[in-house]
Amino acid sequence: MDLIVTTLRFIADSAIDVLPIAVFLFAFQRLVIGEPLANGKRIAVGFVFVVIGLGLFLEGLEGTLFPLGRLMAQQLTDPAFLYDVAGKAVADLVWQDYYWVYLFALAIGFSTTLAEPALIAVSMKANTVSGGAIGFWGLRVAVAIGVGIGVSLGCYRIITGLPLHYFVAAGYFVVILQTLVAPKIIVPLAYDSGGVTTSTVTVPLITALGLGLSEAVPGRSALLDGFGLVAFASLFPIISVLAYGQLAVLRKRVSDFEPDTRHPEKEY
Amino acid sequence: MRNSLIALGKDALGSLRDLLPIALVISVFQIFVFRDSTAVLFSMLGGAFLVVAGLTFFIFGLRLALFPVGEGLAYSLAKKGSLFWLVAFAFVLGFGTTIAEPALIAIAAEAAQVAAGADAIESTDEARRGYALGLRLTVALAVGVALVIGVMRILADWSLPVMIITGYCLVVLLTTIAPPEIVGVAYDSGGVTTSTVTVPLVTALGVGLASSLRGRNPLTDGFGLIAFASLTPILFVLAYGTVQQWI
Repeated sequence: MDLIVTTLRFIADSAIDVLPIAVFLFAFQRLVIGEPLANGKRIAVGFVFVVIGLGLFLEGLEGTLFPLGRLMAQQLTDPAFLYDVAGKAVADLVWQDYYWVYLFALAIGFSTTLAEPALIAVSMKANTVSGGAIGFWGLRVAVAIGVGIGVSLGCYRIITGLPLHYFVAAGYFVVILQTLVAPKIIVPLAYDSGGVTTSTVTVPLITALGLGLSEAVPGRSALLDGFGLVAFASLFPIISVLAYGQLAVLRKRVSDFEPDTRHPEKEY
Repeated sequence: MRNSLIALGKDALGSLRDLLPIALVISVFQIFVFRDSTAVLFSMLGGAFLVVAGLTFFIFGLRLALFPVGEGLAYSLAKKGSLFWLVAFAFVLGFGTTIAEPALIAIAAEAAQVAAGADAIESTDEARRGYALGLRLTVALAVGVALVIGVMRILADWSLPVMIITGYCLVVLLTTIAPPEIVGVAYDSGGVTTSTVTVPLVTALGVGLASSLRGRNPLTDGFGLIAFASLTPILFVLAYGTVQQWI
């Protein structure tokens, strides 16, 4: 009974969340375009699915992804576990002793990104558009490595408590430098990959991981240190994809020893 | 009917695939690193089922209703060529899709929880709801403004790198005056906004617009909108935190 009530409440809440966009679209359709919608029934059914789906998803999040992220953070920073792997008491730990945290972050970032459908679609398109110069697997692996390193480095930041904006500012500085020298064809793709990678399932999990870490590591606070993993996960793929483009150019140059005349901007 | 069932099944497989790597990595850690029983994982199966079912219905419904209507509108408005309606539509689209973005709803609720736990806001349901809603409205407003700027940029052909770099310089400047507890949430909100609901519709708007204008590249201009939509939420949430501090 309780379960049904909670579910209904989640669905009611999500109806309110979906309402604005539904109203806006209908208003524009009627007032600006001036034509009634074709397939009105189909669209109404679609909106019902959206509302129910959103409600169920958010209810499920509270039961799985959030507790999972926190549970992993707790176990990875458990004093007994850390004593096993590092042989030190909590007070003597340095950031290197948390290496299982970094490994876990790397694995989560890498694997969720590799399976991301949006990225698979983008990679296929990039492969066709570039005439094979951008490899299907190459791009996917580049983005996945970027996200993995990003989440991992984000955990390092949470554990050490260094200010977030130093990393972000430095990261964007690197992106700007790379943009100047990377082949032009890869640039829009690289910027896109930042937004594409963080899926609806991954975001809650790594957020919970970050918050759990910041609560468990001595001297950190959830409020000041807990957020920021998503920002890292969106920034680092840009760098890794640009690097992948630069690497491809370099390899090509080494292999055929002649300047590529089709893309003169590569010759910076 | 049969086709719909097949589409629904495909969406279900897609949602499962989203969850699978997480389940795998966590199981490996539970079994080989912690050498624990996986009983705790089984207790979460019910929730995992809800996540998969919810995501499946959500995406299925988006494909049925929101995407065709939104894309159709984006194309016909771009063709119509009225600047006012185009800009108004861009704003409304950014605002409306962001309010319905699941990842943002989840993150805002979590941020409110953390703020309440650290006594930054009162620890009542009402205060938490207010904080989460304020955050979501700020981000939604930011994405709306981002699309307006992005559309104007496509029309006027301003330089994207210059605007983006200026934006990030502003982010760094604002970070120095914003209260430290908002910085993490602000930076995260940039990555959260561009996901399930927003990206396909925004891309449709950008591509429709760029292809109805002569001499524009649909790929690069469509991407420009998303780049703005990841930037302005950071700025707006930082500003929101700063203003709240003064009040």
